[in-house]
Amino acid sequence: MATMQVDLVAPDRMVWSGEAEFVRARTVDGEIGILPRHIPLLGVLVEAPVTIRRAGEGELVANVSGGFLSVSAEGVKILAETVEIEGETS
Amino acid sequence: MGAQLREARRRIKSVQSTKKITRAMELIAASRIVKAQQRIAASRPYADAITDVVRTVTAPGVVSEDHPLTTPRETVGASALLLITSDRGLAGGYSANVLRAGEQTTARLREQGSSTVMPFLVGRKAVGFYRFRGRDVSHSWSGFSEQPSYDDAKAVADDLLENFVKGSSDGGVDEIHLVFTKFESMATQRVTVSRLLPLDPADVPETDSEEEAGQSALMEFEPEGAGVLDALLPRYLTARIYAAMLDAAASEQAARRRAMKSATDNADELIKKLTRDANAARQAEITQEIMEIVGGAEALAGAGRDQ
Repeated sequence: MATMQVDLVAPDRMVWSGEAEFVRARTVDGEIGILPRHIPLLGVLVEAPVTIRRAGEGELVANVSGGFLSVSAEGVKILAETVEIEGETS
Repeated sequence: MGAQLREARRRIKSVQSTKKITRAMELIAASRIVKAQQRIAASRPYADAITDVVRTVTAPGVVSEDHPLTTPRETVGASALLLITSDRGLAGGYSANVLRAGEQTTARLREQGSSTVMPFLVGRKAVGFYRFRGRDVSHSWSGFSEQPSYDDAKAVADDLLENFVKGSSDGGVDEIHLVFTKFESMATQRVTVSRLLPLDPADVPETDSEEEAGQSALMEFEPEGAGVLDALLPRYLTARIYAAMLDAAASEQAARRRAMKSATDNADELIKKLTRDANAARQAEITQEIMEIVGGAEALAGAGRDQ
């Protein structure tokens, strides 16, 4: 399956960075799922869990306190003021 | 032992123990610079990413309406001045340089028509400076200058934004200026004055990402238009303030290391000079004693011949 570069970033550290197959997050307009080669998008996130399906590593679920989701040709960046890793499955 | 010699030896001992302290502080500061630099590096992914996003969104033609945070006001009745200094001293001219630049900026803003310049102070040194002069210190934060957290920056940014949104007609401000010490390298730190708000899109720095120009025109926004800016710009401001605090923290340690290094060097010089003085005093004492013995012997010999 195709993958994309995903960065999960907090102001004081890079929380996770790597290849992923799928990202699910919730913006102010509702739930959104991002697959590789998604059109460029900038979304404002609300406080909700973000799920990253990592390539070959299982899912990463992180609670974000609101922030941004930026999708570009380079990949997906999730910017959040606070990030709490909720669970990892491998 | 003569009084002069005793005094010199006492001073040598005292200078030596001072030197030990300054030397230890120099080493501590040096290791803290490294930690502070690591914190700067750790904050860079977020800062770069949010800067990219802001540049994309504020590019001409992306969001049609003007946002209050990017629109200069026609008349500037009041300005805010954010000063970032240290909590502790013993860092040479570190805080003094920021405060001096702050005074100059205050004067400049007054000339440009701000009837009030509202101080926002970070660090005990700035608070002390303003309190001593009997000025307003109601917007001040301290206790974290060496290790600022994002929440500290957020507290400052929220207070600034609240005053900016009110505007000068309502007891707030129309412009926000920042004075802090930029950490350029281990050897160079420069006091920097810049305007935080209203944000000039041309001021948003380039980052080294490969984002293609023109891509922003095709971008989708959720929510549409100004809603994105409402969420984005306050966080960008917070990120800028956080970055400034981290830079200031590294600069503070670098300034302290330099101050303590020259104190240690001065102590070395002083010890050298005092040792010379002590040796001269000891020699003078010995000469004096010899003279006394010779004088006494001669007197005895003279007295013997007379009998």
